[in-house]
Amino acid sequence: MLTEENLKKVEDLRKRYPTSQAALLPVLWIVQEQEGWISEDMMRHIGLLLNLPFGHVLGVVTFYTMYNSSPKGKYHIEICTNVSCMLRGSDKILEAVEHRCGAKPGQTSADGKWTVSEVECMGACGGAPMLAIGEEYYENLTPEKTERLLESLE
Amino acid sequence: MERYILPEIPDYHKLEVYEQHGGYAALKKALGMKPEEVTDEVKKSNLRGRGGACFPTGLKWTFMPKQTTKAKYLCVNGDESEPGTFKDRQIFEFNPHLLIEGTVIACYAMGITTAYIYIRGEYGKWIKMLQKALDDAYAKGYAGENILGSGFSTNIYLHKGAGAYICGEESALMNSIEGQRGYPRVKPPFPAQNGLWGCPTTINNVETISNVPLIINRGWEWYSKIGSPKHPGPILVGVSGHVNKPGVFEVATGELLTDLIYRYAGGIPGDNKIKALIPGGSSTMILRGDALEGVRMDAESLKAAGSSVGTAGMIVMDENADLIRVITRIAKFYYHESCGQCTPCREGTGWLWKILKRFESGDGQTSDIDLLMDIANNIEGNTICALGDAAAWPVQSMIRRFRDEFEKRVSKTHVGSPDVSDRNRHTEKMMPVSS
Repeated sequence: MLTEENLKKVEDLRKRYPTSQAALLPVLWIVQEQEGWISEDMMRHIGLLLNLPFGHVLGVVTFYTMYNSSPKGKYHIEICTNVSCMLRGSDKILEAVEHRCGAKPGQTSADGKWTVSEVECMGACGGAPMLAIGEEYYENLTPEKTERLLESLE
Repeated sequence: MERYILPEIPDYHKLEVYEQHGGYAALKKALGMKPEEVTDEVKKSNLRGRGGACFPTGLKWTFMPKQTTKAKYLCVNGDESEPGTFKDRQIFEFNPHLLIEGTVIACYAMGITTAYIYIRGEYGKWIKMLQKALDDAYAKGYAGENILGSGFSTNIYLHKGAGAYICGEESALMNSIEGQRGYPRVKPPFPAQNGLWGCPTTINNVETISNVPLIINRGWEWYSKIGSPKHPGPILVGVSGHVNKPGVFEVATGELLTDLIYRYAGGIPGDNKIKALIPGGSSTMILRGDALEGVRMDAESLKAAGSSVGTAGMIVMDENADLIRVITRIAKFYYHESCGQCTPCREGTGWLWKILKRFESGDGQTSDIDLLMDIANNIEGNTICALGDAAAWPVQSMIRRFRDEFEKRVSKTHVGSPDVSDRNRHTEKMMPVSS
């Protein structure tokens, strides 16, 4: 369930829009910040809170790639492999990440520490190749830099 | 050229620095004008949208009804997800007040009291930067109630996306703000009549809105003389791929593509030749490297060259680039991002990707080249929104301009026309599309 503080945030958010449905995306972000992912129970909770059917909430959660409908590792590593990054060696970055984390794209490492995802263009083409961990972008990577970065998170 | 959108002034993102350099003077000036005079100024400046379609901004504003009992809305599109595009991010980081000032002026011109700035979810860090600037602007009375004592009020809210390229399409963006899946809407009705919650709505790109204060400050005549007359103004060009100094460069429209590559982006590593160029994000038609001489970064010149400005996100590929890999990756992107509403796009993008993967692994057939073209032609123009076209154009242009690259990847065992049974085998393989 949402914390008292977050429930207050939801009330503030609702004032920004003429319908409660419009608060859904920002409210899902609050859920994900609190829990790390959005469980089915949470979807039902949010549905009741905003007066939306569960099916609608589920449809929205699964439509947008950034909402996690399953738990992720402690660090969620997102590697861009779109054209600009690909031309500048994102294959090697992905390999370095897979090697270090022991997980392939879409997988979480056995120790629950790393989740690896291959993602579409993140809007950092000038710093290609790149990866993101949470809100932080790491640009102009080499396999060595990538390894050092992951080591620093150990 | 002097830089207006991204000036070289330290700490320009801070309100006090922005004010010291004449920030919010355009807003004061606009509030002293009649709303229609502001719209007229933008119309006469010939400012054209920077989000991809190059539609005249002032004209778009005039579509908003003047007499209406309904609420009116402005959506500022900062979804910026077109591969090769990373310009709006610079505005959020280095000149957020220009965007806020432009947003308030646009609201005043159209009589709008609520604006949403929609920013892609991946830009969490930049959303916080813009929110900080917005809070400062509110505190100084540049946004919110009774702006600068003028009696005009407008609220600006940031709305965070959650990872969907399609939400950069204006009607999908509106659905996303409404708390729905990002499905594009059938047009007409157009947003100016029936947009957010059925109310009149205008959608403008972040960079477009950021041009508005310049026009108000120095007048349409001054603005319309920057760059190309039919598509004037400063433009943010992103250059990425095989160049020495990738980045975003502010230039006047009409800059030579070769100057952007060699003068601004430092040329090609190893002095290699350019094999191909995507001029304005992955949806725009790919150009041959030997056909870039004299082509300029503006709507007319790029149209004549057989492509378009798009988002001005250039991706440079040198002589060693594997273009089949590039087009396969682009096809995978559109397959992943198709919202699934229209059959030609939902199915066709997957088919394109699957066939291209055959070429990528050297297992293509000569007849597959025509098959690709046939599928692309059947997606183009047959979908609710432009994502279908965006998926078709790169494939069509790649085949037209680099057919030899495909031919090189035809499997030796498949040269010549396949017999019917062979073709059926591949059709069957193609049917279930799964990632």
